[in-house]
Amino acid sequence: MSDLLFPLGALAAAVPDIAAARLSAIPPCTRLAFRGREAAIGPAGAAFGVDLPRTACRFTRSGTRLAAWLGPDEWLLLAEEADPAALFADLETALAGLPHALVDVSDRSLGIALEGPRAAYVLNQGCPLDLDTAAFPVGMSTRTVFAKAEIVLLREAPERFRLEVWRSFAPYVWGLLEEARRELA
Amino acid sequence: MLIITCPWCGERPEIEFAYGGEAHVARPADPSALSDQEWADFLYNRTNPKGRHAERWRHVHGCGRFFNALRDTVSDFFVTTYKAGEPRPDVEGEAK
Repeated sequence: MSDLLFPLGALAAAVPDIAAARLSAIPPCTRLAFRGREAAIGPAGAAFGVDLPRTACRFTRSGTRLAAWLGPDEWLLLAEEADPAALFADLETALAGLPHALVDVSDRSLGIALEGPRAAYVLNQGCPLDLDTAAFPVGMSTRTVFAKAEIVLLREAPERFRLEVWRSFAPYVWGLLEEARRELA
Repeated sequence: MLIITCPWCGERPEIEFAYGGEAHVARPADPSALSDQEWADFLYNRTNPKGRHAERWRHVHGCGRFFNALRDTVSDFFVTTYKAGEPRPDVEGEAK
């Protein structure tokens, strides 16, 4: 895929392997931004295949699909399939007549995975959140900042984080993560 | 770094937030009935207290929600935060 479509391609191909905090680019996937009131939340979860989490800053997942709480009426829906059309149509059918907003933002952001025993340490070079497992447990997700870029941060495992970064900020965030990792080589 | 408690997300660093001006400034129900002075008061004049100040904040790099905070303008101490739409809480004599 060209650098224009997937600007992390070249960076990810040349990434040094540092076991303490492995950095990798997540392949293109489907991302939907869903906003809706009470009546639309249940049907949206049923159509998506994952109940939308009602607890603040948590995500739920089932198979290849993941629903992350971003705000009291806002969720980020992630699915591994590359083409969002079918999923989008399913959700729109299930939500017909219910006030909601469903936007395909698949190409808005890029996914970065950071994995390893020092992953939290590396993230903390740019992100001011407390990333101890007591304060930021597995299953927690939130919008936050990394240096000067806004990111969505998800903790998928004690030592694995997923970052969703707006695509124009992705090389910037990648570069800073790379720089933070360098001391662990 | 200053820690601000978002009513939805909990304790978060200051840089995730944006200030939104004084809270509880209600738009007059019938603006056309107001004198120019009263309208100017609504638009421009704020209480600007030395001490407790109820103000709006937005968790812009988080849940995106507006909420209200009671902050001491002298010490920058956040006494409490509460959701938008709730009345100003009556908090007295809390420790700094």
